[in-house]
Amino acid sequence: MIEKVADNWRLRGQRYRLEGEVCPHCGAVIFPPRDICPECGKPAKEPKPLSGRGEVYSFSTVYSPPEGFEAYVPYTVALVKLEEGPMVTAQLTDVAPDEVEIGMKVEMVTRKLRARGEEGTIIYGYKFRPML
Amino acid sequence: MGEVKVMRSRRAVGIVGYGSYIPMYRLSDAEIARVWKGGGRGPVEEKAVAGLDEDTVTIAIEAARNALARAGIPSQALQAVWVGSESPPYAVKPASTLVAEAIGATPWHLAADFEFACKAGTEALQAAMGLVGSEMGDYALAIGADTAQGRPGDQLEYTAASGGTAFIVGPAEEALARCLGSLSYVTDTPDFWRRAYQHYPRHGGRFTGEPAYFHHIESAARALMEAMGMTAADFRYAVFHQPNVKFPRRVAKRLGFTPEQIAPGLLSGRIGNTYAGAAITGFSATLDVARPGDRILLVSFGSGAGSDAFVWEVTEKIEARRDLAPTVEAYIRRRVEIDYALYVRYRGKILMK
Repeated sequence: MIEKVADNWRLRGQRYRLEGEVCPHCGAVIFPPRDICPECGKPAKEPKPLSGRGEVYSFSTVYSPPEGFEAYVPYTVALVKLEEGPMVTAQLTDVAPDEVEIGMKVEMVTRKLRARGEEGTIIYGYKFRPML
Repeated sequence: MGEVKVMRSRRAVGIVGYGSYIPMYRLSDAEIARVWKGGGRGPVEEKAVAGLDEDTVTIAIEAARNALARAGIPSQALQAVWVGSESPPYAVKPASTLVAEAIGATPWHLAADFEFACKAGTEALQAAMGLVGSEMGDYALAIGADTAQGRPGDQLEYTAASGGTAFIVGPAEEALARCLGSLSYVTDTPDFWRRAYQHYPRHGGRFTGEPAYFHHIESAARALMEAMGMTAADFRYAVFHQPNVKFPRRVAKRLGFTPEQIAPGLLSGRIGNTYAGAAITGFSATLDVARPGDRILLVSFGSGAGSDAFVWEVTEKIEARRDLAPTVEAYIRRRVEIDYALYVRYRGKILMK
């Protein structure tokens, strides 16, 4: 597999620290950042750090993972409704699949997402765990 | 032997924020002994084990976020991000830049990884004190974190654990604990080492005791207390490096400290030896319960070998900041017991291909 170092590098702000954007025209909070406001369609490039707090909107446990995630099976992926509004898809961590519930309060942590083989880079990013 | 040199900065400095992180998985020594000796116990009750998605960087990031929460400063105010560890995820590529990026400190600051076995974190802390004390910067982040590995079946496997602590050093007026003095005592003593490209460390067995751990900690502690005109009675608490439970208890007794003085900071029985995180996580747990005016002696030990000693005085600012992040006790209580099989999976000890 060809290493796409730059693809991951470009995403480091949103991946490592859940950095979103806020629309200067309508005030919408945007995640992931996309530079165009999905609410009003105007340019929105103002970075906005998000609190990382939210709740589980829905979830599913993965037993047949995509390539690169085999080592983590079984793991739970959730739609997390952030305090600031946006919905994020992310892995849950530090929680057994049978402990997850809709409405569960969660918080963002930065964890290892996967490693590109033994020699490639290690990809880090946001996951959510039950609120401490 | 030369003259004892106590480090005091021109500008008084202290800790403005501190924070720790301990992974939630626990492996008991009884379980390790069951696998390798058919039963029995080990030097600690249980040790903290990092999960599949955790490493020194993720531990350092959470500890740093907790330290920032307590300091109440923006991450952009940091002028150094230094990570001390013997288990960085990359052999070449700094852990410190990853941590700095994750907390939003980049790009206008110093960044580097420190290496000195179990005292890499206190070395980073002293460097941070130097930066702030010389007025080259106002705030510096120093972290000690590890995901220590012991060779399966080796004595070290019973204690090698994961965890870490971060400190933000700043001017003494803003500090929750002021540093009154510090020094280091180092010699070339090969008690524990890991050669390049080797997966597990080796150690000198009994040699790790008297000539290494005890000699360096006692030398540093006695020299600092004597230079500052203090005795064990001048301290409310003391924290020593804790590769097990026996060593810190013994060194405390030899230096005249009571079991009560070391109790809040002696965590190894419940989380194992977190290496570069060990002494400083004990210090963090002590700050969690300390009151204004309390003096705390902190002495680390790093194999190879050396000890860094510090005298701290807790200020009234501790009360308002303590609850701004989870305590060490909160992380220790968050506990999921695992067996040896899950442990070897979590720590990557199974050959998959």
